[in-house]
Amino acid sequence: MDLPHTTETRGQAAAVTFVEGRTLRCRGSWTMSDVGPVERALRVMEWPAGGALRFEGSGIQALDTGGAVVLSQAVMEARRRGCEVTVEGLQSEHAQLMNLVSVHWDAMMAHVAARPKGTARLQSIIRNVISRFLCGLEFIGETAMAFLRVCSSPGHLRWRSALNSLRLDGVNALPITGLLTFLIGVVIAYQGAEQLRKFGTNIFIVDLVGISLLREIAPLIAAILIAGRSGSAYAAHIGTMKVTEELDALRTFGLSPTELLVLPRMLALVVALPLLTVYADVLGVFGGMLIAANQLNVSFTAFLSRFEEAVALRHFLIGVGKAPFFAVIIALVGCYQGFQIRGGVDDVGRHTTMSVVQSIFLVIIFDALCSIMLNWWDL
Amino acid sequence: MSIAVHTETPVIEVSHVSTRFGPTVVHQEVSLTVMKGEVFAIAGGNGCGKSTLLREIIGLLTPAAGSISLLGADSRELQHTDGGSLHRRFGVMFQHGALFSSMTLAENVAVPLREHTSLSAGLIRDIVALKIALVGLPPDSGVKFPRELSGGMRRRAALARAIVMDPELLFLDEPTAGLDPMIAAGFDDLVLDLKRLLGLTVVMVTHDLDSLWRIVDRVAVLGEGHVLGMGTMEQLAASEDPAIRNYFHGPRGRAAQLNHSGRASHRD
Repeated sequence: MDLPHTTETRGQAAAVTFVEGRTLRCRGSWTMSDVGPVERALRVMEWPAGGALRFEGSGIQALDTGGAVVLSQAVMEARRRGCEVTVEGLQSEHAQLMNLVSVHWDAMMAHVAARPKGTARLQSIIRNVISRFLCGLEFIGETAMAFLRVCSSPGHLRWRSALNSLRLDGVNALPITGLLTFLIGVVIAYQGAEQLRKFGTNIFIVDLVGISLLREIAPLIAAILIAGRSGSAYAAHIGTMKVTEELDALRTFGLSPTELLVLPRMLALVVALPLLTVYADVLGVFGGMLIAANQLNVSFTAFLSRFEEAVALRHFLIGVGKAPFFAVIIALVGCYQGFQIRGGVDDVGRHTTMSVVQSIFLVIIFDALCSIMLNWWDL
Repeated sequence: MSIAVHTETPVIEVSHVSTRFGPTVVHQEVSLTVMKGEVFAIAGGNGCGKSTLLREIIGLLTPAAGSISLLGADSRELQHTDGGSLHRRFGVMFQHGALFSSMTLAENVAVPLREHTSLSAGLIRDIVALKIALVGLPPDSGVKFPRELSGGMRRRAALARAIVMDPELLFLDEPTAGLDPMIAAGFDDLVLDLKRLLGLTVVMVTHDLDSLWRIVDRVAVLGEGHVLGMGTMEQLAASEDPAIRNYFHGPRGRAAQLNHSGRASHRD
């Protein structure tokens, strides 16, 4: 069978013309690359109402399934208008192709008709939201149970995996966390310096930098960095293990993925994030101190002695105290999103993104709630 | 069994192709020719470079030496993405389907039509529906995502995508691997039907001895970097080469052959 598809073999463009009122003459190359104009012409064709209609196909030089579909559609349309249609003059292989299309016409129309209904789509969205919420609860419950099990017999915890996670998510995050909070300290001090100089209250730079960093900014920056660095890695790692059926393999050995993968990471983060926060505090304040000395003539000794009286211990404790909660949020969201991955590769990307967005979102919500509650209690 | 209707026009000519991955030599001076209208299989043990050869023919890899001509053009041209007219003359079905997971099945099948033709959306929808019907998928499958389909259905969908442009040449990478015997046999029939209906030349990489006996016109057996033998299954089964004998006369090979000759005589 010869099915020209290419420019080299492209013949005359496809065309249809009425001759003598009752004969439709089809000519040219009816292939997917050339049949477009004819399809548009046929769609606006004025069919004679009733009577005999002849499709003259001997002029068709090439026909592929695309062309056959167009021709079949025209025949069907004419039949629908009450014409008695005959198709004549087709080359034998073209006739075979037309036959192929007509044999599969009903199945084809069934495919075209199959569209998801609006209500079904809405239902599935609602069902998805509910099931996702329940899955989340189940996951939290499972992790809590695994945690209790480990508390009762600490030998069950994968210490090696936890320590590895501590290194990857804690120690390796030191440079970037340090650099960023140092720069944030510098930025806050610069911005404050402008204002404070106007009032001649240079020494208050200590209060500004100290309280804001220790209480809010350092824990938040550390948490956001860890969410981006480690939360996403948890989701991608667990998700890939799920796609490659490694999680199922673990389950067949009677091992719990929660105990094996979630708990060590969560505990490692709970240890690492407060430590990172303290480290971030130190570097952030140091950054502020440099600018204070440089821009506001507040010497290091003056800064530090003021720091002792102005910044109460509770600010530091509140900041560091929030960190373990941030850590739990980040680890849970990251691992949960990993377990939610079902399909293939694009799911891994989607859930990794979601893990970062959701954990940062939840961290900030939690932080805001803390601020409100602590304000009530005058802390 | 297919009636060989090939003309003597070569559509693929692989000549003196050598392939190396670092120090590993995969092919040495491999040459073979595929004629228009035949079902040609590349067979051989695991790791003998079957899929690599296929990837070289379709231009995804460049051989270290030698040349491959595909439909009269050098297959290296395919590495330029604008080699459009050549790209639309062949279809490839990858081993695991390689369906785009972010698209529904119908959207997957429509990709080549959308990219290579200027047909209206309605006509594209109809052609896609025809091709999905041709490969025997149920009507509600078009709106599903690949992850919602079973392995066999995914394979069919990938086949629908490979034939959507009515290619002259169809490449199948292990089309029946991992399918149950019934579905695998159905898939073989499907390939034969499509070949007959659409006038395809089919090149497949396969291990499936049943497929080799049932639908393949000629086979090239690769091994140790060379083409160990090439010919019809009957010719190869009668070959004296020990490597070929091992391949076709293992317990499974004999069973497939018996099965085939039994069926053939039954049919006569």
